[in-house]
Amino acid sequence: MGLRGAEEEWALLMRAAINGDSSAYSLFLASLTPALRTVARRNCARIGLDSCEAEDVVQEVLLAIHLKRHTWDVDRPIGPWIMTIARNKLIDARRRRGNRPTLPIDDLADILTAEGTDDTLDRQDLDHLVGKLGERQQDLVRSLSMEGHSIQETAKRLNMSEGAVRVALHRAIKALAALYRGGDQ
Amino acid sequence: MRTEDLIKALVVDLTVSKMRFQHILLGAITSGAIIATAVFLLRLGVRPDFGHALDSARFLFKFVFALSLIIAAAALLSRLAIPGVSAGFWAWGWLLAPALLVVAVAAELFVTPAESWQPRLVGSNARVCLTLIPLLSIAPLACIMLALRQGAPTRPGLAGAVAGLVASGIAATLYASHCTDDSPLFVATWYSLAIGLVALVGYVVGSRALRW
Repeated sequence: MGLRGAEEEWALLMRAAINGDSSAYSLFLASLTPALRTVARRNCARIGLDSCEAEDVVQEVLLAIHLKRHTWDVDRPIGPWIMTIARNKLIDARRRRGNRPTLPIDDLADILTAEGTDDTLDRQDLDHLVGKLGERQQDLVRSLSMEGHSIQETAKRLNMSEGAVRVALHRAIKALAALYRGGDQ
Repeated sequence: MRTEDLIKALVVDLTVSKMRFQHILLGAITSGAIIATAVFLLRLGVRPDFGHALDSARFLFKFVFALSLIIAAAALLSRLAIPGVSAGFWAWGWLLAPALLVVAVAAELFVTPAESWQPRLVGSNARVCLTLIPLLSIAPLACIMLALRQGAPTRPGLAGAVAGLVASGIAATLYASHCTDDSPLFVATWYSLAIGLVALVGYVVGSRALRW
């Protein structure tokens, strides 16, 4: 898949997602993740972070893409939007480590020409942040993600309304993004 | 949590929302302007000779200056708050307002005698100007900051400062119709100082509140 092809496909999927197509959204995130992983690993290696921290960056970028998706102008190419978010999160990661030098970050062109990395290495549990959420939020996030239950099932099990589950999930996702940022709000 | 699990959670959290950030920002600027106008009309109001003043080029210039500041700063702000969009022309376009001011000051110095420069610059209510422009900026600045938290500015401090320019531009437009000091010398000194103050507040607030 060439650069144009991948970008156009992502833009297409993201446009469908904005209109509420969750399977397109799922495809978009799944297709984007290996590319983000390549770029995160390469840049983390350069600034002395290990691959586990690179996976943190990937997750942080995914969270930002999700929470800031309304800032993508659907008439513009999606590549620069994604790359700017990724670059910002890499700079944050570097800052957290106290590394000062300017960080050269690969272009989108570089990620897309790179071979997809195997994700078998990325099975480490990154539970430490979820662990900082409230007990109820943890329960809810685990139920909807790792355990793969639907909103309806989760609502029933936690004795909440479906609307309340949705609101609580959204809050938990925002809280995770804030925890990644270093706990500031 | 594995990345695959995070993706599942994000997909579940997907909601249909056609509201784009540009609309949010425009809505915030408009609401801020409406609130500030309401406060202005209730507490201050336009100057008594407003009708006559409309014949004065100096009076009208104050609006040209303030409105050009609002437009240029708002255009720059919408670009600063969106990842991957370069400021382009607007990186320098906001200088339009100060450039107009320089031209107006030069014209004023040319057409007025040197003895009148000092009273024109000092004016009659510089302190009021320095107080009211920042006060009238509060509501617009708050609205714009709330909207910017929905955005993703890569340089939060800068975005905050430019938000301060938009907010104080709105305040300056309103205050201009109240204030009786019309000389560009007064505007260049006191309006600029008040606007700079609000931009500084915007910078400080932005660098803390606009990180994402």
